[in-house]
Amino acid sequence: MSQEHIPMETLAATRGDDTFLKGVKDCIPTLLGYLSIGFAAGVVEKTAGLSIAEIALLSLVLYAGSAQFIAAGMIAAGGSASAIIITIFFINLRHILLSAALSPFFRHLPPFRNMLIGSLLTDETFGVAINETARRKQISERWMHGLNITAYLNWFVANLAGAYFGQWIANPEKYGLDFALPAMFIGLLVLSMISRNRFVRDGVVALSAVILTVAISLVFGSNLGVIAATLIAATIGMVLERWK
Amino acid sequence: MEVRWDILLIILGAALVTFVPRVLPLMLLSRIALPEWGVRWLNHVPIAVMAALIGQEIFLRDGKWSPFTSNIELLAALPSFLVAIKTRSLLGTVIVGIVTVMALRFWFI
Repeated sequence: MSQEHIPMETLAATRGDDTFLKGVKDCIPTLLGYLSIGFAAGVVEKTAGLSIAEIALLSLVLYAGSAQFIAAGMIAAGGSASAIIITIFFINLRHILLSAALSPFFRHLPPFRNMLIGSLLTDETFGVAINETARRKQISERWMHGLNITAYLNWFVANLAGAYFGQWIANPEKYGLDFALPAMFIGLLVLSMISRNRFVRDGVVALSAVILTVAISLVFGSNLGVIAATLIAATIGMVLERWK
Repeated sequence: MEVRWDILLIILGAALVTFVPRVLPLMLLSRIALPEWGVRWLNHVPIAVMAALIGQEIFLRDGKWSPFTSNIELLAALPSFLVAIKTRSLLGTVIVGIVTVMALRFWFI
């Protein structure tokens, strides 16, 4: 992805598109959605018995939506530290795939700077970034940091707000707050399918992933379901493409 | 404003096992060039992982099959999908999903 192969007019046209501030701006459409999920996570964590300081630490150091929901649930249920950590490892193993999918765009950077990009990688920032690469073929490091840091601070604020209001909410499920996360995944899936505009191919991959997740989880346990289904469904997509 | 030792241990452990898969491919694959089929395979990962997560959240409850007759999440997923397709708004999708689940639990449970 070296810039010297890009014609001058393309460079001039995209210059305004790869600043830190543009990354911040491109994050804005997702802010309210993640604000509501972060709020829900904060409430669920608070009602699971975590203190405000623990919730702040969780959102800053772990910084992963589904993992935080699951950690709260397992802590409330009295799960052991090792069981919680192993479960979260499997839940978050999908980041390997997201990180690998972004790697072609940052190949020119040294490992340490790639580490900085990856450390704040989430489903959300990945979704925004990969949609952006579909639109203009390349993304810059500064743009990525703008996107990542905005999402990170938004998530922290949302968690704290949820933790604060969680004091007065005894049963977050009554208000449907646990559905914030799946609803967000639905929105992200639909938006990326619309921007990719390959409905049949992507639809087959998505449907296979759903069926495989359920089947594998029921047979081998839910820790393995998502990751194995993702691997197989992506392979199905690749094979489909080859046959056309 | 206290942080308990056992909770701190859980947070740090969970953070470490999350950090490594996040950064390692970006760090290593910037050194090695991926083969062409690898790039095409990765292209399908975003759709696959989102759909897999949705499948897990909607059809399974505590790792077991969630029966259709009491599956509120599945019922709420339908209007969420419709709103996402119609409005292309993440916020709209999340709000409709939450409100639908809240209403269904209010009336049926």
